Amino acid sequence: MINRGSYVWQPQKMDMFRKSRKAQDKRLYVWQLPIRLSHWLNILCITSLIITGYYISNPFMHAISEDQSIMAMMRFIHFVSAHILIASALIRIYWLFAGNKFARLKEFLPFTAEKRKEVLCFIKFYAFLKKEVHHPIGHNALAAISYSFAYFMIFLAILTGYALYSESHTGFFWYLAGGWVFGILSDGTIRLIHHFVMWVLTAFLIVHVYIVWLNDNIEGNGLISSIFTGYKIYHKD
Amino acid sequence: MLKSKDTIFDGLYSFGVSRRNFIKFCASMSATLALSSSAVPQIVEALEKKKKPYAIWLHFQECTGDTESILRASKPSIAQIVLDIVSLEYHETIMAGSGHAAEKALHDVVKNQKAKYIAIVEGSIPIKDGGIYCTIGGRTALDIANEVCGNAFVTLNVGSCSCWGGVSSAKPNPTGAVGIADAVSGIKYVNLPGCPVNAENITATIVHYLTFGTLPVLDRHNRPLFAYGKRIHDNCERRPHFDAGQFVRKWGDEGHRLGWCLYELGCKGPMAYKNCPTIKWNEGISYPIQAGHPCFACASNDSWDVFGPIYTRAPHVPGAGYQATADKIGAAVVAGTAAAVATHAAIRTFLGYKQKEKFAKEKDEADKIK
Ligand code: SF4
Repeated sequence: MINRGSYVWQPQKMDMFRKSRKAQDKRLYVWQLPIRLSHWLNILCITSLIITGYYISNPFMHAISEDQSIMAMMRFIHFVSAHILIASALIRIYWLFAGNKFARLKEFLPFTAEKRKEVLCFIKFYAFLKKEVHHPIGHNALAAISYSFAYFMIFLAILTGYALYSESHTGFFWYLAGGWVFGILSDGTIRLIHHFVMWVLTAFLIVHVYIVWLNDNIEGNGLISSIFTGYKIYHKD
Repeated sequence: MLKSKDTIFDGLYSFGVSRRNFIKFCASMSATLALSSSAVPQIVEALEKKKKPYAIWLHFQECTGDTESILRASKPSIAQIVLDIVSLEYHETIMAGSGHAAEKALHDVVKNQKAKYIAIVEGSIPIKDGGIYCTIGGRTALDIANEVCGNAFVTLNVGSCSCWGGVSSAKPNPTGAVGIADAVSGIKYVNLPGCPVNAENITATIVHYLTFGTLPVLDRHNRPLFAYGKRIHDNCERRPHFDAGQFVRKWGDEGHRLGWCLYELGCKGPMAYKNCPTIKWNEGISYPIQAGHPCFACASNDSWDVFGPIYTRAPHVPGAGYQATADKIGAAVVAGTAAAVATHAAIRTFLGYKQKEKFAKEKDEADKIK
């Protein structure tokens, strides 16, 4: 179940290596259910939002007959996914205050000297300037920053999304939800931001998946399986 | 010049407009203003009894399209009504007087009718280099606007240029063109953008003022809600094709002939606010989308620099090169990221290989020692 990466070039030795380490391993419950739930909802919704959103901006599929409703369907899925994403964000925000120490707000604020050092360490590590880093149990400080960034992007998408939604949904509620943004930004700018967030989040997804795979592979900390099960592997050495 | 003490109906009557046509006109105004038919008698009464307001029509940096839009109305009687709803004392394109006499007429109105007349402005004001790029009778547009709009009861900015600069303020905007409200501060104004504006919307704004004594309800861009409150996309007759996913791909293709949605030809209907689909143009004959041309949001502040080019969908990224659209930049961001990740992975594999080999060796030796 735990993916340690496969070192195909020296299978016997790696087996030995794994066994010797396994004896000292400890399983730690890190990601609580709401975190995992919100994580997978995010993945599901963001993927569907990117696909349907791209379709809305550039309809690459065309209807063959009058009774189809591709664009209407895409828009429907887009709006439903958007609202599920918001629900998921709300769960996550609630868990910033109610969760265990790995989920708390404090994890995401890189304001202590220690955290700043950790950020630097990880940047060096990823830039091949440093061979080893100490991996904390929860998020490392750099990862935490990247997640805050992703959430900021999601926040922009929600805000501009509601602004655009209020164009066809008039009334005070939708004005409060997003219509007021038109008082600050022009229609064109709002669309530009909303559209651009899609690309930024796509880039984020690529980096996120890669880095997670990388960490799982190097560290053997079961990072990938941890977002399914909640358990991370912690090596004593 | 018309005698200003005449009521509107008197003026119309002397031009041979029948009462029947007059009532019809009042009814169409009430419809444009989105009022119920019970408002028609009120409008009739107001236009029959009230004196015509004085009006001055100024031209600055523009193409006279808004004047054309009124003059080219297909039924002469309606054109008459539109022009006769006010006592137009000064209008460079159509006035008979010229030279000093015309300028005097302008000054007389500004002096004698202070804070009572309506200023109608067509065209943007260049403010760069002291405003020298547009001068009339030796005075800069800025100077004239300051005097005429500054003393008017209300300024009606007709057409996108006088609302927010329009095409003359599109990048690189060499003359520093701005809308009237940006050039002359502190004035009371109504924006009636459009390229050109629809004549009915100007008239209806004035009729509203004459009938109820107030300006129509305005939105956050000072546009009357009756004309700019609805999105073209929501009132478009091609909308069912949009929802279905039937799009015109190329000019003149089968979809175009069948009247499908013009989204992919760059239609900006989803961002455009105006009553084109309902009142249309040329006495309700047609309007761009109906005629098969995508809307380019002529009435929007963004139509040139952000929404342009006219036949492209993705919004323009300001300051990112002329042809760069959001999609191209976005795709570049993603491709760049993917390339960076792939490079990283390649280097990592190479380094990691060595590291792990070394690590395994060390482990080996350690085991041996044990
Ligand atoms: S033609 Fe333009 S306004 Fe009409 S449905 Fe298509 S995109 Fe919307």
